Amino acid sequence: MTALTTKRTKKAAYGPYGKLGHALNELDDRIGAAKARNFLDKVFPDHWSFMLGEIALYSFIILLATGVFLTLYYVPSMEHVTYNGSYAPLQGQRVTQAFASSIDLSFSVRGGLLMRQMHHWACDIFVGAIVVHMARVFFTGAFRKPRELNWSIGNTLLTLAIVNGFLGYSLPDDLVSGTGIRIAYSILLAVPGVGSYLAFWIFGGNFPGTLILSRFLILHALVIPGIILAMVGAHLFLLVRQKHTQFPGPGRTENNVVGSPMFPVFMGKTTGFLFLVAGVTTLLSAFAQINPIWLFGPYDAAKISYAVQPDFYMGFLDGALRIWPSWETRLFGHNIPWEVTIPALILPGIIFGLAYAWPALERKITGDNEIHNLLDRPKDVPFRTASGAAVLALTVVLFIASSTDVIANFLHISLNTILVVMRVLTIIVPPIVFYVTLKICQELRDVENSSRRKTPNMVSRTAEGEYVAVPAPHHEDDQHHEESPIQVPSFIDESSDDGGSSGTRTVDR
Amino acid sequence: MSTEHHTPVSLSSVKDTDPHMQPAAKNPEKVERRIAWTLVLGLVSFIGFGWTYWIDAAPWTLGATLGAGFTFIGVGMVAWGKYLMPKGPFVEERHPLRSSDEERDAFASVIANRGGSVVKRRPLLGALLGGGMGVFGVVALFPLLRSLGPLPKKTLTHTDWKKGSYLVTQDGRRVHVDDFIVNEVATVFPEGFQDTENGQAVDQTIVIRLDTEDYVTMKGRETWAPAGYVAYSKLCSHLGCPVGLYEQSLQLLVCPCHQSMFDVTVGAMPNFGPAPRPLPQLPLYIDRDGYLRSQSDYNEPVGPGYWERS
Repeated sequence: MTALTTKRTKKAAYGPYGKLGHALNELDDRIGAAKARNFLDKVFPDHWSFMLGEIALYSFIILLATGVFLTLYYVPSMEHVTYNGSYAPLQGQRVTQAFASSIDLSFSVRGGLLMRQMHHWACDIFVGAIVVHMARVFFTGAFRKPRELNWSIGNTLLTLAIVNGFLGYSLPDDLVSGTGIRIAYSILLAVPGVGSYLAFWIFGGNFPGTLILSRFLILHALVIPGIILAMVGAHLFLLVRQKHTQFPGPGRTENNVVGSPMFPVFMGKTTGFLFLVAGVTTLLSAFAQINPIWLFGPYDAAKISYAVQPDFYMGFLDGALRIWPSWETRLFGHNIPWEVTIPALILPGIIFGLAYAWPALERKITGDNEIHNLLDRPKDVPFRTASGAAVLALTVVLFIASSTDVIANFLHISLNTILVVMRVLTIIVPPIVFYVTLKICQELRDVENSSRRKTPNMVSRTAEGEYVAVPAPHHEDDQHHEESPIQVPSFIDESSDDGGSSGTRTVDR
Repeated sequence: MSTEHHTPVSLSSVKDTDPHMQPAAKNPEKVERRIAWTLVLGLVSFIGFGWTYWIDAAPWTLGATLGAGFTFIGVGMVAWGKYLMPKGPFVEERHPLRSSDEERDAFASVIANRGGSVVKRRPLLGALLGGGMGVFGVVALFPLLRSLGPLPKKTLTHTDWKKGSYLVTQDGRRVHVDDFIVNEVATVFPEGFQDTENGQAVDQTIVIRLDTEDYVTMKGRETWAPAGYVAYSKLCSHLGCPVGLYEQSLQLLVCPCHQSMFDVTVGAMPNFGPAPRPLPQLPLYIDRDGYLRSQSDYNEPVGPGYWERS
């Protein structure tokens, strides 16, 4: 009896929320934690396309975790040693320590191959998710005022992701990645005016030198991830500060957000999504071989392999380099290597520059300087949608062009023909895609009720034999029921399961 | 100076003409001139740094010019802030971090009701998820921990010394019974291991020829020191530094790291410093040709103590 009383008194002393409430109050005394409720009450709109950026974020987390593992074994040394590890075909060969340690961490370290495959797959997913996320943001106009800054940050993140992907891909020092470094070095040489200086400074001398792998490692594993992490932080901070955009819909205005609260609904779902991304990445890594460096063999500056392709995100650059004509001019006693400078430097400069500039360009052209929190449907903005589609089409054609040799071999067509076809496609596909997309969007936009549910027509024959189509009366199932949004409640009570005051509204689609 | 100048004012209410906004310096023009000269010196120093780098001058000139540049700029900026900027003092109110009772209740309600109810309603799912995460947390550690390296197994308790190993010096020369005079010392390794990592790090042994009269034979070690030759592990039993100093007159081995001393005449018992155990002794014998060889491996782990050491 006494014990019970004590318990009760204690509980009373802690207040209505017991020990938990007491602990929260102690925290609030010190850091004002209760003000975090605004954050917990934050509402996130639900739409499948809003999770694309989350895929990128979570694959970046996987990259960090697996990357730490890899650095524990990787040796960034270009010193040659005699391979004496567990992979029999390589035994006795002279390889760099970088290559030997990459092989060893794949075959001799327990779990190492899985970690390496996960790191590579997560990287491909990371870059891919950023691209798709950017496409979503672009086609729905989410980059418009006030979110131009975040669009630029995202653009920078894509650039950094591609650069860091290339650096990491170079580290194992296998035949393919070594060839990639060779090409990157030559591209550096083609930087207007200062190329040779730049290349020598970055490589510490002429290619390959002895320093590049240790320099790439510090950039790949510390400097660039640090910058990416900081920019991801800024990206998310702005997202929370500006609140997420949403598609138009019942109860949704420019001045509100309709969706689920941060805590616990969004947190629970998004953590689950982290595990889903990790699950897919791990399963891919378990069953789909990626970058088998032991098959490529060690890099030797005098050796080369057939079908040498970079990771997919570098493909558009490689394709552009392949199909660009061999123009080179001499000017004032200088060699101008257009055949490298244009496809590898100017072209990506234009594509990324256009992406950075687009929000300002669109503001200028349309004269629209309003704050936009409601998203566009792509069909409603035909010119923008067509432009985006054209640029994507260009990169896809260039990506395909990075496989000219494989295509020629596969189809038994002369490489020359493929080359010419790819040149023609590069020129004609983007305008065609632009025009077709424009027309489709305009058509969809101008057709009344195009995005609404179709209403069946009842066709009946009159006594005279004439056929008339009459719109059928609304069937009950044609009505789309959607609950109108309410403020985020503090309480979820068993008794108020019916949603309290919120009613069901009927939306005509 | 009246006292009103020392009363803090709030920044939001202060006017440009307020005495609080005046510079602290009595003669601002003079101070400004001095700061300007300091900044000029900083600028010149930076130019000097560029110049010394360009001509590849001595390293100290690089540091001197760069350091002077930083210092002059720093002094100039601090002086600017201290003497020429509004002198104040200004006041800002400190707001309590504690939230109001309503906010605190609402916060606790969000955590306990909105969040807690999610788990409370579905205790099975909560327990399963917690269990899954817990197991994941444990197994996720394994690739990091277990893959990092092999298990110690017997490597800590054994060295490369075996029955019949010749004692050789760093250059591979075998030690002969006639090589040493009394009180002479040398570092030796088991033959064949003098050039290996493990030989250098673990097998290193110090051999000393003692006057047989000085040597105190310990129980169980009657045959270990033929002709006065004693051999001890060179790894200090404190933290594993090489016990590299031999104090002849006192017949002490001294570890330079933390000054532990070992009496070589009584089985290398520690008699000073933090080392807790004697240096392990290597049992020796002299073969028919007069070469020193080991009777066996050390009979205890060499080097510092650890919890798994038996």
